[in-house]
Amino acid sequence: MIQVDQLTKHYGPVTAIQDVSFNVEKGQIVGFLGPNGAGKSTTMKILSCFMPASGGTARIAGFDVFSQSLEVRRRIGYLPENAPLYTDLPVAGYLDFVAEIKGVSRGARKGRVADVMERCFITDMQRRLIGKLSKGYRQRVGLAQALLGDPEVLILDEPTIGLDPRQIAEIRALIRSLAGQHTVILSTHILPEVSMVCDGVIIINRGRIVAQGTESELVEQMFPTARVELRVAGATGDVAAALRAVPGVLAVEPRESRDGTAFFLVESAREHDVRGDLVKLVTSRGWTLQDLHQVGMSLEEVFIRVVVGEDVQDPAAEEAS
Amino acid sequence: MRWLPVFKKELRLFFGSAVAYVVFTFFLLISGWFFSQIFLFYSDASMRSFMQPQFGQNLNVTENVMRPLFTNMGVVLLFFMPMLTMRLFAEEKKSGTMELLLTYPVRDGEILAGKFLAAAALYVLLLALTLLYPGLVAYFTRVEWGPILTGYLGLVLMGGTFLAVGLLVSSLTENQIVAGFGTFGVLLLFWVIGWGAEFAGGTLRTVLQYLSVTEHIDGFSRGLIDTKDLVYYGSAIALALFLSLRSLESKRWRG
Repeated sequence: MIQVDQLTKHYGPVTAIQDVSFNVEKGQIVGFLGPNGAGKSTTMKILSCFMPASGGTARIAGFDVFSQSLEVRRRIGYLPENAPLYTDLPVAGYLDFVAEIKGVSRGARKGRVADVMERCFITDMQRRLIGKLSKGYRQRVGLAQALLGDPEVLILDEPTIGLDPRQIAEIRALIRSLAGQHTVILSTHILPEVSMVCDGVIIINRGRIVAQGTESELVEQMFPTARVELRVAGATGDVAAALRAVPGVLAVEPRESRDGTAFFLVESAREHDVRGDLVKLVTSRGWTLQDLHQVGMSLEEVFIRVVVGEDVQDPAAEEAS
Repeated sequence: MRWLPVFKKELRLFFGSAVAYVVFTFFLLISGWFFSQIFLFYSDASMRSFMQPQFGQNLNVTENVMRPLFTNMGVVLLFFMPMLTMRLFAEEKKSGTMELLLTYPVRDGEILAGKFLAAAALYVLLLALTLLYPGLVAYFTRVEWGPILTGYLGLVLMGGTFLAVGLLVSSLTENQIVAGFGTFGVLLLFWVIGWGAEFAGGTLRTVLQYLSVTEHIDGFSRGLIDTKDLVYYGSAIALALFLSLRSLESKRWRG
């Protein structure tokens, strides 16, 4: 549904994105993840036909965003960063304008506007001037205007920014409900959001894509082993060696411990759960098991490894920026 | 053409904010003040001509009330029109709403048409309200409606030119004050450019006279519709709108 090939954008001498390529299948929700200034908004501005690329192509529903812009714009709903809206219009009046400009017929307009207001929880604010609304409500009005016209593709730049935790949950559920019918690409820098909402992840850093795939694919790629953190009290002798001797354990790494307890990170093959054997070992030696839990399975670890890891490996680029 | 949604939105914004009311209030107040002064002067003069008939030869409502009124309204428009147009593009660019507007399925020409026609509609409504003045004159004396209507046609064309220029300048900046002052500067230049004609000779004199905005409004207020004047305002509006469209479209390929 969305095909991006070698997309590049320069702002004068600054390169915002370089050779960005990815595909999004119909009905999928893809999260665009990256630190601030990584090029997420730039990519979205190009996809929404607001800004031309310096090089490369992007196609939405088979239409080129540059040469067939009008066809693309008929099929997208776009929420720009910070949801820019006309502050002097009331919510319902504004949405009516958007419905009309998107070509919703006169008869259907009222119903559609009421429908998106309902879905974005802004019905009780419909008579208020947009300028008088709080950030969270404005954000939801922005989302409502993107949904109007029932577009095939939704491009949402940080849709949950400025919302309170309950609103975030509501909006995530709303976006999740769009899957299947709509193709959604959303940017965020909140990692759990991607896990909760998206089918696929694209991680971008310094204008380049550094990882893409489903969350579990990325986790497996980055962390081929299962990892367990273990804390024992009253340990005597070489605990690490004892742990290493447990069948299935691949590596044992001591962790810093402040209260005198022994604290280790134990790695094993993914399909081999060693937790039971670890417990047996600890109890058989008469030590006290204080804590045992799995770690390193989250997208956050992946993100830190690819983004922060890359920054550390690349000190020249660090200085240049 | 899907210009109607933009047209309606702009009108809602004119009336939703204080812009329309402020412009209406002060334009009507000031042009009403001019009208009352001119009309009082005229009635005084006709009273005197009644006592001394040799002075009364040239007294005529069209010439002595409406024509100076049109000239004065033209001057007021010179100040007021930039304030109607300055926000049309500049504000959208500053607040970021332009980003959404340009990603809706409308052509740039439709956006431009909607904005121009909204400002024009507001202006025509404003002029329609000033029909009260010739109406008042007609209550007291017989008026010739022909020259009054051509006078209004002239004002519509001149105001339309002001709006088109304002739209162009607004499309070039994201600062409303720059848009307002820029428009005012351009209009004032074309207002005074004809003054130089008095001291110039030959071709330069003709060119300066032809470029002058005021030169072309005079015929209309005397009841004359001259093709030369129609072409002047028509081509000025067309040129300004064409350049605005180019300025708007350049966003799509320049970034």
